[in-house]
Amino acid sequence: MELSQKTIHEINELLKKKEVTVTEVTQSVINRIDAVEGSTDAYLRVQPEQALAMAKIVDDKLKARKKISPLEGIPYGLKDNLCTKGILTTCASKMLYNFVPPYNAHVYNLLIEEGGILLGKTNMDEFAMGSSTENSAYKVTKNPWDLNKVPGGSSGGSAVAVASDTAYYSLGSDTGGSIRQPASFCGVVGMKPTYGLVSRYGLVAFASSLDQIGPFTKDVEDCALVLNAIVGHDEKDSTSLKLEKKDYTKNLKQGVKGLRIGVAQAFFGEGLQPEVRKSLEDAIAVYKILGAEIVDVSFQYLDYALSAYYLISSAEASSNLARYDGIRYGFRAEEYDGLVDLYRKTRSQGFGEEVKRRIMLGTHALSSGYYDAYYKKAMQVRTLIKEDFDQVFKSCDVLLTPTSPTTAFGIGEKTNNPLEMYLTDIYTVPVNIAGIPGISIPCGLDQAGMPIGMQLLGPALSEKALLKAAWAFENETNIKNLKAPLGKEV
Amino acid sequence: MSLTREDVTYVANLARLEFSDDEVTALADQLGAVLDYAQTLSELDTSQVKATEHVLAMKNVFREDVVKPCLTNEEALANAPESEAGCFKVPRVME
Repeated sequence: MELSQKTIHEINELLKKKEVTVTEVTQSVINRIDAVEGSTDAYLRVQPEQALAMAKIVDDKLKARKKISPLEGIPYGLKDNLCTKGILTTCASKMLYNFVPPYNAHVYNLLIEEGGILLGKTNMDEFAMGSSTENSAYKVTKNPWDLNKVPGGSSGGSAVAVASDTAYYSLGSDTGGSIRQPASFCGVVGMKPTYGLVSRYGLVAFASSLDQIGPFTKDVEDCALVLNAIVGHDEKDSTSLKLEKKDYTKNLKQGVKGLRIGVAQAFFGEGLQPEVRKSLEDAIAVYKILGAEIVDVSFQYLDYALSAYYLISSAEASSNLARYDGIRYGFRAEEYDGLVDLYRKTRSQGFGEEVKRRIMLGTHALSSGYYDAYYKKAMQVRTLIKEDFDQVFKSCDVLLTPTSPTTAFGIGEKTNNPLEMYLTDIYTVPVNIAGIPGISIPCGLDQAGMPIGMQLLGPALSEKALLKAAWAFENETNIKNLKAPLGKEV
Repeated sequence: MSLTREDVTYVANLARLEFSDDEVTALADQLGAVLDYAQTLSELDTSQVKATEHVLAMKNVFREDVVKPCLTNEEALANAPESEAGCFKVPRVME
């Protein structure tokens, strides 16, 4: 087994025993990038020299001491909507083609303090708007399980980097499923924490009341380790929660005996791929064997979540993206006639099709005469959905659902039909609407050999319960050993 | 209730965007389809429901008003398409 194929906790063990150096670990991943990145296009930019220089610094530090923190010397990738001082941050948009942030995202600062090795910035749907990473202004990222299929989105690059061993872990952002859905499509672990748990400072805003940063990892234990590093209060984000520090690895392996796992028909409706349904039924059987109690639960308003989501997120996006006007940073159109025309030309040429579509939808939903019918209505429905979840979590501890109705679809298959693309998020958006945490872990393969993901949801701040339930399943099955075919070829 | 071409042009102006004739037609169709789908929300009686802008039970967050390090003028202007004399440069606003 190559070093690049190992997990964070495995590498940490090897570093502890001084069996490998951080430089060897980093070089192994860089070799892997050289071998497969040409096929997958997970990264927008890779910085091998800087990564190796950083690796040497960490190696020198480790020579002098015994202790090593879990993420120290571990190479990782960041979604390109996380600001990195002095390093290009484009959001995969022409609008920010030359944007070099003057400051770091809070999560990046935390990973620098941990001694992490930044490998590069990963591809995404422009401004995180999309479900397939096909909306990037720069490249289309391919699914390592089948290069003709999409990796999901919007954090597709971050998912593929982990799935193809070109990063041990990566960070993405999840506004309506942008971590969980690509994790599901690529057969890796992806978590959206509770709203407010991870600071959004330095995350380029899409829909501020829904956005949350979270990790992609190769297994559940790694997910807990990354969460340990990125969770915490930050005064620079006014929605950041002030809580006592938790160790998410503690009691991780305790099992699920007596855990009440809810199953709701609302998540097994029309349009669910039969193999996904079968795989979820198998997962339920596994949990029964492990001693969990399966509880039937029901929702009243879940069918309205997707509509509410697209109205709220587009409205917030239209407001957040008003800042891109060609004055203070980013792209400016070459030819224009006066100030208003400068705005108009800059925005029309700088934004891609999907981003403009969302700005239009959001502007319409907020405009005079439509505000009550769309935006206000959506926020009222948000209350109903939130109450729905509160009710459900009275009778169960966690909820088990498919992450996406289908496995990964073909590149170009849904690009001409925005509504059909939006429908792929139907099981993930309710979570953002309610602000609760969710984790997607692989639970099987379909007949074409594409990964199926299952989602575990819980009430606000129930991350430990979700991780525990996820670990128990992963440990009981051999799912972790399934690797993208790309891994076998190279 | 679909969207007309006039609606699209009106909203485009509000959003400071411009579209070709073909794009206006396509947007009217695509946004119309999304809005039709969202129309299901009107089935719900929400007259007694409070709106949730934010999921956290958080009120305003205050801090002491103390001076802290901030970006220098050069750093703040470093990404500007055009700047002059320590300021962002924009086209003439008034004739």
